[in-house]
Amino acid sequence: MLSTKQKIGWTVISIAVLVYALFPVLSILMTSFKSSSDLNSGKFIPTKFVTSNYEQIFVGEAKDLFLPALWNSIGISLISTFVAVVLATLCAYAIARLDFPGKKIVLTTALMVSMFPVVSIVTPLFNLWRQVGLYDTWLGLIIPYLSLTLPISIWTLAAFFQQIPWDLDRAAQVDGATTWQAFRKVIVPLTLPGVFTTAIIAFFIAWNDFVYGIGLTSTAAARPVPAALAFFTGASQFEAPAGAISAAAIIVTIPVVLLVLAFQRQIVSGLTQGAVKG
Amino acid sequence: MAAITMEHLVKKYDDGFPAVNDISIDVADGEFLILVGPSGCGKSTLLRMVVGLEDITSGDLSINGVRVNDKQPRDRNLSMVFQNYALYPHLSVYENIAFPLRLSKGQFSEEEIDRKVREAADTLDLNEHLERKPANLSGGQRQRVAMGRAIVRDADAFLFDEPLSNLDAKLRGQMRTEIAQLQRRMGITSLYVTHDQTEAMTLGDRVAVLKRGQLQQIASPRELYEQPVNLFVAGFIGAPSMNFIPARVNGSVFHTPIGDIEIPERVQGKLTNAPEIVLLGLRPERFEDAKFVDETKIPHGTVFDSGFTHTEWLGNQQYGYIHYQQDAAVQHKLNELAQELDADGMPAQVVVSLDASSRIRGGSTAKIWLDSRKMHVFNPETGENLTRDAEAGAELTREANEERKNEIERARRRDSARADQAGTAGTSPAGGAEHDGGAGSSAAR
Repeated sequence: MLSTKQKIGWTVISIAVLVYALFPVLSILMTSFKSSSDLNSGKFIPTKFVTSNYEQIFVGEAKDLFLPALWNSIGISLISTFVAVVLATLCAYAIARLDFPGKKIVLTTALMVSMFPVVSIVTPLFNLWRQVGLYDTWLGLIIPYLSLTLPISIWTLAAFFQQIPWDLDRAAQVDGATTWQAFRKVIVPLTLPGVFTTAIIAFFIAWNDFVYGIGLTSTAAARPVPAALAFFTGASQFEAPAGAISAAAIIVTIPVVLLVLAFQRQIVSGLTQGAVKG
Repeated sequence: MAAITMEHLVKKYDDGFPAVNDISIDVADGEFLILVGPSGCGKSTLLRMVVGLEDITSGDLSINGVRVNDKQPRDRNLSMVFQNYALYPHLSVYENIAFPLRLSKGQFSEEEIDRKVREAADTLDLNEHLERKPANLSGGQRQRVAMGRAIVRDADAFLFDEPLSNLDAKLRGQMRTEIAQLQRRMGITSLYVTHDQTEAMTLGDRVAVLKRGQLQQIASPRELYEQPVNLFVAGFIGAPSMNFIPARVNGSVFHTPIGDIEIPERVQGKLTNAPEIVLLGLRPERFEDAKFVDETKIPHGTVFDSGFTHTEWLGNQQYGYIHYQQDAAVQHKLNELAQELDADGMPAQVVVSLDASSRIRGGSTAKIWLDSRKMHVFNPETGENLTRDAEAGAELTREANEERKNEIERARRRDSARADQAGTAGTSPAGGAEHDGGAGSSAAR
């Protein structure tokens, strides 16, 4: 048990961390409710709560910029997450369970790819994509996103697979399962928490990307939200678009929060409890 | 129902280490065979080779005469109970047991599956737990679920990989009895790996003793106990284990550090090829406090004085410990043996079993009697048992075989009698159990 002193200490630290993490979000939330004249007031809380910023991005002049971008972001991120998780599950299972030549190479390559700086690739990719016709398309973004999401998914999932007792595969095989059946009926259900965790991480990576988003798109056909935000303009050239940008930022945070809340139940630890003794 | 034949099975790992080295065993249909040995002797590897989880480097494995070396585990139709149970944690007990049935798609209807699962659950007393998850079960219950998963389908043989080693002592004894009864009732070929010799002795029709991947001896428990082939088997089987005492042959007596022992007639003729110094194998229960020995029995053995370092009184019996000066000539061999047996070392002491009411205590000197008729003499260099009587041993195993057949026969008769009775009167389970006992005792008479 914690002593009273320790409790107080932990509470203080927790509050400090929470304020540090949440204050910017709160600040953006407040800004999103300010009218354009209120932006430079220097006050934290808007003098008057207005929803004009939200109107602007959903039904107003920024609508054509924001809504397609939102749709692009959701679509591209979901697809690249899904593909990454499916491929990574198979790959990680092989890495965790099978002994094949080149296993180390797969892992180190994955690690190297994920460490490669994005900025250095985006220009060559821009030229290449224009020539093969992938520039400004969904696929043109999904492929580079996979290069970001796959490595980390493989590494995370391999760690999860290694936690599952080998004897479960073996028991399933003795019980009459093929390798595929053992994988699908025993291993995958047990790895679900890991799969969901990986999916969330992969989704964040794709969702938050800016460099590829701005470098490989030019129109609303494929431009994701982070890139689109940069194109917001004020009502006149003397007006800062901070309000609209804040409103859009709040909107794009919502799917992420929903995703975590939805999958939180799946990410339960100790699902393998009771499988084996000791 | 199946006979399993292993012919010169070898398992070599990539580094060339032979975990299993040229093992040939025939397991008869319906036989309960135990693989036993200290850790690292290759017994689990051998079991996994049989079930198909380990590749066979060379040799032939056949089930019912069909070579199965290259068959996948699922095609061998064997069922296995794992040491750690390996239950599927995301499935309920019911679904765990039904798992093998559901995998054989189309073979069983939903009703059949339900009937079989409930039958297995009945046998194993799992009815109340069918909807629970493995995580909420006790160790013994998990063990039962693992067994249920094995018996629910009509496998050709059961394989057990140290199934009881994770249970506490009391539960282990209980499950041991249950496994024995289950196997007898179903009459199904079983291979059972253990390092616990109580399990080996009580469960097995035959026991195979392994050392470093090599088969030492395969025989009925009684033959192993009374006619071991070498030092290793003699030292491994029995608790407390056999005493090994160095001895020099001196005319008609063995000259040993604890006293002179007369060489029994049976032994005399077999010492022609014996080296100068031999090891005597004397089981603790061959000793007795001389005060408690019948006058008529005394001439069958030797009486000598011994100083006891301490005694242990266990209620039903008593053990006395006698220290002696170890002979340097055999020290090395005994240390090697201790290592093979997973022991820390072989102290220079003799453990003797005394009558529980004996007043011998630590520090005292007393007369003890040794029944030397059943002593064994080992060659310390080769470890070979010079006094082994192969025929007598074979006779013991033959007897055990016969007893097993009769026992299975009785169990079947009892089962069918119970089925008849249940059919006519619809007796309660309790009534069935009573009847069970009655039929068993009358058949035994």
